[in-house]
Amino acid sequence: MSIDRRTFLKHLGAAGAAATLPFSLVKVAWGMGSKPAEHESFTFAYISDSHLTHIKGSRFTSNFDRGLRKAVMEVNLLDPPPDFVIYGGDLAQLGKREELDHGLELLSGLRPPLKWVIGEHDFYLDMGDYWQNKIIPLYYSFDHKGVHFVVLNSILTYENWIGQWPTPMERMLNMARLDNPQGSPFMVGEAQLRWLEKDLAKYNDSIPIVVLSHSPLYKIFKPWNFWTDDAEKVQKLLRRFSRVTVLHGHVHQVLYNQIDNITFYAMMATSWPWPYPVSYVQKPNQVPQLTVFMNRADPFHSRDGTGWDILDMDSGAITNHYQLWMNENRTVTFDFKLKHPVDLKYQDPDKRIPPQLHY
Amino acid sequence: MKIRCFITLISIAVPLAADEVKLPDSQDLLGLPPVPVPADNPLTLEKARLGRKLFEDKRFSADGTISCAHCHKPELAFQDGLPVSEGIGDQKGTRNAPTVINAAYFITQFWDGRRKTLEVQSKDPFVNPIEHGLKDHKPIVDIVRGNRDYQQRFRQAFGLEPSQITIDHVAQAIASFERTVVAGDSHFDRYQFGGDKNALSASAIRGLAIFHGKGRCASCHVIEGSTALFTDNRFHNLGVGFDRIEARLAEIIAAFRKAKQANRDIDKTILTQAEISELGRFAVTGELEDIGRFKTPTLRNIALTAPYMHDGSLKTLEEVVDFYDRGGFDNPMLDSGIRPLHLTAEEKADLVSFLKSLTSQRFTTIGVQP
Repeated sequence: MSIDRRTFLKHLGAAGAAATLPFSLVKVAWGMGSKPAEHESFTFAYISDSHLTHIKGSRFTSNFDRGLRKAVMEVNLLDPPPDFVIYGGDLAQLGKREELDHGLELLSGLRPPLKWVIGEHDFYLDMGDYWQNKIIPLYYSFDHKGVHFVVLNSILTYENWIGQWPTPMERMLNMARLDNPQGSPFMVGEAQLRWLEKDLAKYNDSIPIVVLSHSPLYKIFKPWNFWTDDAEKVQKLLRRFSRVTVLHGHVHQVLYNQIDNITFYAMMATSWPWPYPVSYVQKPNQVPQLTVFMNRADPFHSRDGTGWDILDMDSGAITNHYQLWMNENRTVTFDFKLKHPVDLKYQDPDKRIPPQLHY
Repeated sequence: MKIRCFITLISIAVPLAADEVKLPDSQDLLGLPPVPVPADNPLTLEKARLGRKLFEDKRFSADGTISCAHCHKPELAFQDGLPVSEGIGDQKGTRNAPTVINAAYFITQFWDGRRKTLEVQSKDPFVNPIEHGLKDHKPIVDIVRGNRDYQQRFRQAFGLEPSQITIDHVAQAIASFERTVVAGDSHFDRYQFGGDKNALSASAIRGLAIFHGKGRCASCHVIEGSTALFTDNRFHNLGVGFDRIEARLAEIIAAFRKAKQANRDIDKTILTQAEISELGRFAVTGELEDIGRFKTPTLRNIALTAPYMHDGSLKTLEEVVDFYDRGGFDNPMLDSGIRPLHLTAEEKADLVSFLKSLTSQRFTTIGVQP
C-alpha cells in the first residue's frame, strides 16, 4: 500500500527514474531476522512550526500564512488521503489568541482529522491556557491501527524561571529568543514523566510506539534549545519497547538520529529554515553524525528550506518523506539491518551534493 | 549589410522562401551563448532549409490548412498574436503560442516542459486533435517520401533514400530550422555585452537597474555575466489562471489522475481540457508543488509577442508590470519569490522601456519598434 501511493505521488507523470529506488527496503528487511510488529500499515502527514505572526487588527505576516496555506492545500490533495495529520507546535509566534485563532481557521480547511502538539511559542504567553481550553490537552495518548501514539508537552521549564518575569509577554519574548543568556532549557517534568510511565504500563514491549513532542527528546544544542533537559528520563521509560520513534518539530531542518532503541526525526517547518548548529562554532554541539544536512536555501524563495512531511508507518518503523519546497524532496527510512534511519539517496558520503555540506 | 537584407526579406515576404534560412553569425548571437546542437542532429544549412519548408507545409494537417507557421508566424515574431492558439477547424487551444525565437536554448519545451528537445516537441502538434488534427504521422511521411522536391532535399540533408525517411528525420529538420531562429543583438545586448553605452535610453538603463533590484525580475529572468537567456529554465506559480481551478482543485486533480491511469495521451488532455491545462507542470511530474507552475519564458523580443502569460491573459507589457507589482494573483501555491513590489509609476515606465530594448535587430522590422 505504501509503495503504491509513493510511486503514485512521485511518478504519476514522468516515466519514473526513481521507480528503481529501493522502496521495498523496509519490507525486504523482514527477511533479516527482525520480529514483525503486528499492526496495519498506514500513512499520516505532519505539518509544523508555522509561526503565524499577528501584525495588527486582522493583519498577519503573509509569508508565514502562505507556508501553512500551502501545506494545507497539498495535504488535502494526497490520494489516498493520510489517516490523520499531526500539527507539531509553534502555530503562533507569540502565543497570542489572534495567532492561535488564525491558525485554527487556516487549519480548519484540512480534510483529515488533526492531532496537536504544543510548542513554546503557543505556550509561554498564557502558560497553555487557551490551547487547553480551545484545542486539546497539553499531553495525551491515542492508539491507531495497532500503534500507540504519545503526545508530550516537552517545552516546560523550571518554575523559578517562569516566575521571574514582570509580564506574560516578557516571559514569552525571552523564551522565543535564541542565544538568550537569560533563557532556560525545555523539559518534560516529573508530573508528565509519572503520567507517561503509567500510560505505557498498559502496553507490552512489542507494540510500536510513536512519541510526538515539540522539542527533540535528546540533546543537540543548548543555546537554541534544540534540547530537552530531562530527555534521558523519557528515553529510559521507552527503553523496553522494541520499536520507538520520536517525531519532533522546533528545529526547522532535516535531522535524524538513533539512540539505542529510539529513532528520532525532526519534521519540517512551514515558516523558515534554521541553520545547523555546526555553523555556530563558538559553542559545542551534538548534531547527529547520521544526519545528511538539507540543502542550503535560496533566500530569494522564502519557501525554500521549508515544507512538511508524509510518514509511512510500516512494520513498526517510519519512512519519512520530507516534502521540501523549492528543493529536492528527501526520503529517510529505518534500515532494519543497520538499525538506524538512512536517507535513500544521499546517505552514502560519496553521493552528497555541495549544498548539503557548505553550511 | 547581410543582416539588413535578411530583415527586409522577413518583413515583406510571407511565407519566406526556404533559401532565406541563415545560420546565425556572431552579431546575431551578441548576448547569447552558442546554440546548443545535439550530437545526433548536427546543424547544416541544407537541413535547416528543409526544416523551414516542412515548418510551413499545410498539407501536414487533417484538412490541409494548418502548418507549424500557422501559430508560429514568421511575420509575427514566430507567434500568432492570439491569447490562445487556434488550430484545425478554428478550435481554440488552452495556451498561448510561445515564439520559436530562441526556443533552441530552453532545456525543456512547452509551457509545462513536457518535452525535453525541439525534435520530440515538434512531433506532438501534428497529432493533437485541436492543432494539426492528424491521427498519426504517416500522412506526413507519405507526403515527403512521394514528393520530388522533398526527396531531393532529404537526400541532400540526410543522405537518405525516400523509403528511409521517417518522422524523426522530419522532426530533426524542423528542429534544425528552429536552431537558426535565434537572436540576440538587441539594444540591451549592444549596451551590456557590446560595449555601446549609448545603445540604451536613460529610461531603459534605469529599468535595467530595477530589473535586477527592486523589481526582483532577474532572479527568474536570468542575466549572466557574458550572456542573457532571461530564463531560469524552471517552473513557477504566479497565480495566472489559478482562480479558474482553485475551488474545484481536488476534483480536477482526481480527474487528471484517472485519465493518467487510463493511459490517456497527456498532450491531448492538456490542450483539450482547460482546467487540466491550468495544473501546469504538475501534469508532467505529479508533484503537488508543481500545481499551477509554468515555465519561465525568455523576455527576448517580448515587445513583439503580446499577449502575455501562458494563457495570453495580459495584453500589454504595462499590464504585465502591474501584475508583478501587485505580487501576482494570490493562491496557496503562489511562488515564494513573488511579492508586492511597490514600484512607482516612473519605475514601471522604466521597466517597460527596458523590456522594449530586448528586441533583436534581426527582428526589429516586424511588429513593434523598440
